[in-house]
Amino acid sequence: MIPGPFSYHRPATVADAIKLLSDLGDDARPLAGGHSLVPMMKLRLATPEHLIDLHGIDGLKGIRRDGANIVIGAMTTQHDLLASSEIAGSLPILHETALLIADPQVRYRGTLGGNVANGDPGNDMPALMLTLGASYRLEGASGVRDIAASEFYQGAYFTALEPGEILTSILIPVPAAGHGHAYEKLKRKVGDYATAAAAVMLTKANGKVATCAIGLTNLSETPLSADAAAKLVIGTSLDDATLKNAAAAASAIMSPAADARGPVEYRKHVGGIMVMRALQRAFAKAA
Amino acid sequence: MAKTHVTMKVNGAEVEGLVEPRTLLVHFIRENLMLTGTHIGCETTHCGACTVDIDGMSVKSCTMFAVQAQGSDITTIEGIANADGSLSALQEGFRMMHGLQCGFCTPGMIVRAQRLLTENPSPTEAEIRMGIAGNLCRCTGYQNIVKAIQYAAAKINGVEFQEAAE
Amino acid sequence: MNDMTPTREQREAKLEGMGCKRKRVEDIRFTQGRGNYVDDVKLPGMLHGDFVRSPHAHARVKSINSEEALKVPGVLAVITAETLKTVNLAWMPTLAGDVQMVLADGKVLFQNQEVAFVVATDRYAADDGINKVVVEYEALPPLMDPFKAMDPDAPVLREDLAGKTSGAHGPRKHHNHIFEWVVGDKDLTDAAFRNAEVSIKEMISYHRTHPSPLETCQCVCSFDKIKGELSIWGTFQAPHVIRTVVALIAKIPEHKIHVIAPDIGGGFGNKVGAYPGYICAAVASIVTGKPVKWVEDRIENLTATSFARDYHMTTEIAATKEGKVTGLRVHVLADHGAFDACADPSKWPAGFFNIVTGSYDFPTAHLSVDGVYTNKAPGGVAYRCSFRVTEAAYCIERGMDILAQKLGMDPAELRLKNFIKAEQFPYHSALGWEYDSGDYHTAMRKMMEAVDYAGLRKEQVEKRAAFKRGETREIMGLGVSFFTEIVGAGPSKNCDILGIAMFDSCEIRMHPTGAGIARVGSKSQGQGHETTWAQIIATEIGIPADDIMVEEGNTDTAPYGLGTYGSRSTPVAGAAIAMAARKIKAKAQMIAAYKLEVHEGDLEWDIDGFRVKGLPEKSMSMKDICWAAYNSVAPGMEPGLEAVSYYDPPNMTYPFGAYICVMNIDVDTGVYKVRRFYALDDCGTRINPMIIEGQVHGGLTEAFAIAMGQEIRYDDEGNVVTGSFMDFFIPTAVETPHWETDFTVTPSPHHPIGAKGVGESPNVGGVPAFSNAVNDAFSFLGSTHIQMPHDFWRNWRAAKNLGVFAA
Repeated sequence: MIPGPFSYHRPATVADAIKLLSDLGDDARPLAGGHSLVPMMKLRLATPEHLIDLHGIDGLKGIRRDGANIVIGAMTTQHDLLASSEIAGSLPILHETALLIADPQVRYRGTLGGNVANGDPGNDMPALMLTLGASYRLEGASGVRDIAASEFYQGAYFTALEPGEILTSILIPVPAAGHGHAYEKLKRKVGDYATAAAAVMLTKANGKVATCAIGLTNLSETPLSADAAAKLVIGTSLDDATLKNAAAAASAIMSPAADARGPVEYRKHVGGIMVMRALQRAFAKAA
Repeated sequence: MAKTHVTMKVNGAEVEGLVEPRTLLVHFIRENLMLTGTHIGCETTHCGACTVDIDGMSVKSCTMFAVQAQGSDITTIEGIANADGSLSALQEGFRMMHGLQCGFCTPGMIVRAQRLLTENPSPTEAEIRMGIAGNLCRCTGYQNIVKAIQYAAAKINGVEFQEAAE
Repeated sequence: MNDMTPTREQREAKLEGMGCKRKRVEDIRFTQGRGNYVDDVKLPGMLHGDFVRSPHAHARVKSINSEEALKVPGVLAVITAETLKTVNLAWMPTLAGDVQMVLADGKVLFQNQEVAFVVATDRYAADDGINKVVVEYEALPPLMDPFKAMDPDAPVLREDLAGKTSGAHGPRKHHNHIFEWVVGDKDLTDAAFRNAEVSIKEMISYHRTHPSPLETCQCVCSFDKIKGELSIWGTFQAPHVIRTVVALIAKIPEHKIHVIAPDIGGGFGNKVGAYPGYICAAVASIVTGKPVKWVEDRIENLTATSFARDYHMTTEIAATKEGKVTGLRVHVLADHGAFDACADPSKWPAGFFNIVTGSYDFPTAHLSVDGVYTNKAPGGVAYRCSFRVTEAAYCIERGMDILAQKLGMDPAELRLKNFIKAEQFPYHSALGWEYDSGDYHTAMRKMMEAVDYAGLRKEQVEKRAAFKRGETREIMGLGVSFFTEIVGAGPSKNCDILGIAMFDSCEIRMHPTGAGIARVGSKSQGQGHETTWAQIIATEIGIPADDIMVEEGNTDTAPYGLGTYGSRSTPVAGAAIAMAARKIKAKAQMIAAYKLEVHEGDLEWDIDGFRVKGLPEKSMSMKDICWAAYNSVAPGMEPGLEAVSYYDPPNMTYPFGAYICVMNIDVDTGVYKVRRFYALDDCGTRINPMIIEGQVHGGLTEAFAIAMGQEIRYDDEGNVVTGSFMDFFIPTAVETPHWETDFTVTPSPHHPIGAKGVGESPNVGGVPAFSNAVNDAFSFLGSTHIQMPHDFWRNWRAAKNLGVFAA
């Protein structure tokens, strides 16, 4: 369990990091919190010749309000998110979700950017980003571009990130005041990936669901946005039949792998349960 | 592979060494600095036996490279005791409450608990359990570890430790 | 008497002897990171070894090419089976009378089997080297299902055994058969079943799992060519046995082998056996002339060294319709993996599984065990267990619940009806054991009262009704478990390892100032022997425990002992300690008599010294006697004060306990919640209640893990799918339930201080309590038995199979 040899680079600016990545090409990998990459390197499933550590870039850290958006630097850690009063106040679902990621030590090092960028279907933040309508800022040799989270994920570990590009920040529209939210995650133990998880953001009007978005974690090769399910609940007060229909609609788009967490049928079933529970909890919370 | 010169502060002392970029921090601490209290239990970031405190954060040192710790301020279990050499409140709590058996998880557990109590001086039992969930113990079943941390919190806060009724 | 004279209570308290919650002496170093574990041993010029392992479960090894590996900077040697053959060490004997490949010899028989050993200047170079060794395999069909092992067309796994129709334990029936072990009266038992008014039959599996201590298996071997001496620091639960094994197989004189087990980071049975890593590190040190360290990583630990359990137990109980048991019949299919490396006493191929009649008065029983080979890792160690007692306890405790269900009786009531009665001890079981002492009814009733058993059953009835009415999706289970353990292996008449009787030993040497050292043949892996052994001595000879240093693990200084596993330390080594202390005390009495100028018989013991009967002011403290032992003993008496005891126990000890688990299960997700767990243990005399409680907490936590999800699982191709701490269930503080502990005290009549053993009881009794809780929860829906482990998805599957989700 020893990583292969590599050269270590610690650029001080995004520009330097991008230059290193484009100069070194496929042999280089950016390093954020390291909790996905380093274990892979120890197993020699990843053998980059150059590691570009993003920890030296001050500009990649921080949480700030920018008009109707919250902008979070890619190297902001889960622990930073949990400590932020801005997040607790305007994006409580992000606080709730960060708390369900791994364990305290991992949260001190694990970054939001790393979590959303590496394309691991087990990561929690990507589905949440879909639910929140977030977009990612990608910077590369050819410039800066923003991409919606919903356009970013292409397959397990495959994303829209082009070679030489770095995800530098995450932009999240501030949800409406009084919104309801919930992230329901079924896992075997602290530190495990979700067996199934569902994120729900909704608003209420006249006691009924006015708007709704549902995201699903670890139920496919990519995070899923359960649009049909979300549409089904709009205009209802989440009666039992609606909840079941929504769960069924969500289950219909799930294609989890069978693993030690359970067979496909189970994971789809509990995926539906997570959707129902997240809807109910979010609904109860919404003003 | 060319070696890199690193310097950092460990338990209050400036240290340096020559390491390969791939040298894991835990190996630098154990092999170069000969501070063997920090242990290796799983190598996959699950067990927490290698936990050290870096710049105010609890970190699993098996998942960080020594070069990344350049310039940082690190505390390992060897730096936890009181300045006069007596056991710290946490160390004493672990002993008084029988919070350890084989002792292998203990250094990581204590280093982690110290950071937990710094951030949250009066944690509830649930907060303690969540707070040490990145540290696995195979011997104690955690119950006495929880008590040990409660004992230390009470001592640090200057109140009498009351064992919860069984 | 003036105010300065300590009271009797103060003198007792000062000793911190037996019964005292003495704080552990070990903790001073452990809490400061000053323990000394094997990986902390660093010798000048030390090299590191690491294994190339097989990705295949079953394959022929066509070739091994080390050329590129040897070019890696720092790599010094690549050892293969061919190298080992030159020193006749390509295979090694196992504790179970089989042989095991040290490095792949022609074939590999399980995934991650050791294929080659790369020796390098440091662990980084060694790892680089293993990635450059090229091994060509020809895959063979893997045999993963033990139930297919003895099919006529099953693949031949062990070609080395071709033509061998018998093994270490008698005849072999098939090329993948290892042994058949039969105990009990078949005719009488068959008759009991023919005449039974009620009977049950169920195949109860105890899945494969792994002890997985937080510190993996590791060693440092250092061969001194000039002196011809081999020093080995290792994670050894039984260091003396390792020394003897090395002497026998490496042909090095035993006095030139120094085995040192320093601090050990948990064992749980994982560190009893001898592993290829030890052999390879020793050979590498002999070849290179330098010290060589081998440290297993976690994946290697889980996949290659010593699994536990994997017993498939077809269980039948005969009974009257009133619920009196009349016969027990069990057949076990035991999956031993690729080599039979079970760590049992030599004559016991299925350990002490014949304790399977449990706490019940079975008039007759019959047991047969078939061991088979499969393409899985070898092992079969006693994971927090005394040699298959955990499997036996699970078998009978599930069986009794299944019988209760069939009879429509409460499981606690059925147990009370069939317990061996207090007046029946010593009790001779139908399968050959003599239980030393017990009071089962008292323990069971105390448990039932403590948790308000009747109230819980009432709540369950209400909850079930509510579930049927559709008002809740939660079901509730009560898991009752009453176990009898058999620990303290063991009497030389029936227990040995490689021919060495399973005694244990203690040597006590008192120094002139009244302090002393005790060296013991056991080896703590976290049990706190340095603390508790001194407490026994303190009470026996009246010297404060703080003044007794306990030392274990160094074969040069400790008397020969068989080590620590199977809860044998207190029953065997603990007895040796008391006996050695009594020898000290006997000589002390002679010295005191001489100094006080009375006859020995005129003296009586008084807490911390001797006093003259009827003249309490005329006394001599043990501390003063120690001084006298070095300057003024009676003419003709040897000076000094030391003693050695080798203790051959007359019988095992039989701890027991009553446990109950209260659990709710959400049928929609299979997620369970342990609402309450109460454990009453009777381990006889209690040496340190604090440490006992800690042992119970730890054992219950391991039981919880095993019952609720911890398994070594293979896919059909023979890949381990639970090979890291991500998938191998080790609960964190968040998942682990709160434990309530309680006790009764029924001393062992044959043990010098009446103590039994306790470390493993909570694991033995805990697993059936959890499993019975799950099974009890589902029973009202029509299920009889659901196999472990009871993780979320399997609970959901059980609910689904019982029609819970039917429209």
